[in-house]
Amino acid sequence: MSQAQESRAQVGPPLWLLAEVTYRCPLQCPYCSNPLDFAQSDQELSTEQWVSVLRQGRAMGAAQLGFSGGEPLVRQDLPELIAEARLLGYYTNLITSGIGLNEAKVESFREAGLDHIQVSFQASDPELNNAVAGSRKAFEQKLAMARAVKDAGYPMVLNFVIHRHNIHQMEDIIDLCERLGADYVELATCQYYGWAFKNREGLMPSAAQLEVAEREVNARRQTLAEAGSAMKLIFVTPDYYEVRPKACMNGWGSLFLTVAPDGTALPCHSARLLPIEFPNVKDQSLKSIWYDSPGFNHYRGDSWMPEPCRSCDEKDRDFGGCRCQAYLLTGDADNADPVCDKSPHHDRILAARRAADHATAGLEELTYRNARNSRLFFRG
Amino acid sequence: MNQIPKLRPGFRFQWEPVQNAHVLLYPEGMVKLNESASAILSEVNGESTVAEIVERLENRFPEAGALEGDVCEFLDDARQQHWIMMV
Repeated sequence: MSQAQESRAQVGPPLWLLAEVTYRCPLQCPYCSNPLDFAQSDQELSTEQWVSVLRQGRAMGAAQLGFSGGEPLVRQDLPELIAEARLLGYYTNLITSGIGLNEAKVESFREAGLDHIQVSFQASDPELNNAVAGSRKAFEQKLAMARAVKDAGYPMVLNFVIHRHNIHQMEDIIDLCERLGADYVELATCQYYGWAFKNREGLMPSAAQLEVAEREVNARRQTLAEAGSAMKLIFVTPDYYEVRPKACMNGWGSLFLTVAPDGTALPCHSARLLPIEFPNVKDQSLKSIWYDSPGFNHYRGDSWMPEPCRSCDEKDRDFGGCRCQAYLLTGDADNADPVCDKSPHHDRILAARRAADHATAGLEELTYRNARNSRLFFRG
Repeated sequence: MNQIPKLRPGFRFQWEPVQNAHVLLYPEGMVKLNESASAILSEVNGESTVAEIVERLENRFPEAGALEGDVCEFLDDARQQHWIMMV
């Protein structure tokens, strides 16, 4: 067996395909996971190129498909891509801010075979929501679209990114979701990559804030269960308050395949920030990208691990944590994720926690995600 | 036994050749099903009662004997996980 064939035998299929169809977005959320220099990348794949990616991914075994961005609704060919995806047999998820959506589109996507629309909110009230989103009309539009999604018979998933400026709203957020009839509520604490890393000090909740929020969510879970409610609360707690790292993406190149707007294929949507060369779907097949490319094989297995991961008996559980976080916090993506208290760099996590206890920055001091600010990051 | 199970809206049951298994797909999630779970869910169509599903499965798998207990246990579990609803 050649080396490539041997590695192919050990690597499972990419069951999850994330199609980031564009970086364009009408909102300016300061925790956006897109790269800081997104404005540099303005060449988007064509409809035909996306169709080819969808076909190749499905043939390899991808079953879950996310249309994401940016705001995927700005792509005029989205209905065509949805119809193709459904025809291929994907479970098709649209991950949207709701801006640019209307009732006719909600219906026509349904007819095209879209399975699920996830609408994101920034807060439980219009003032805070619109301040975070950098848009005056966002909240009303989101409410209307959440109702339209429900009326059209889709399962409803509402997503709230949680940070120090809205973490006190847990009760109100859950009330709002109950009123809207949500099936799933994602209370996703900021993950500090992209714009969120840039704004970390102004976003990260304190330990005290987090403790209150966790207590409130747990109490509501119990009430919901006692009432026999099917609404599920998914609280993603910030790994900065853990002592063991997350099993990021369930392992590098193990289940997830992201294709960025320009066709760059990535093992996760943040990996673009790493000093690794990633392949492009314009240059090679998705199969050779997934199984054979140096980028995707870079952190598979554990032979790349330095200490303390190398000799750690938990390395099969968390894979050393997140490569992007290791890179952002230590300058070397090979290192253990500093979230781990065995990491020699864990003090950087502790320093961030201390800073969160004393942070005073208001929302207006954050760097908002827009093309003007993005250009600052590659023009220097 | 006269209740009619149906998949919760947004849930889809389908065969995945690459995984060589049936799966249950739902918003941003997927469960790979074992053979008995697949056999039961393949009979859940929103029209048949639990009794009818049991009867059809007993006809499909005569060597398995009485299946009522297993089917009810699975459907009860699936309902608690909110995969299916009883109508």
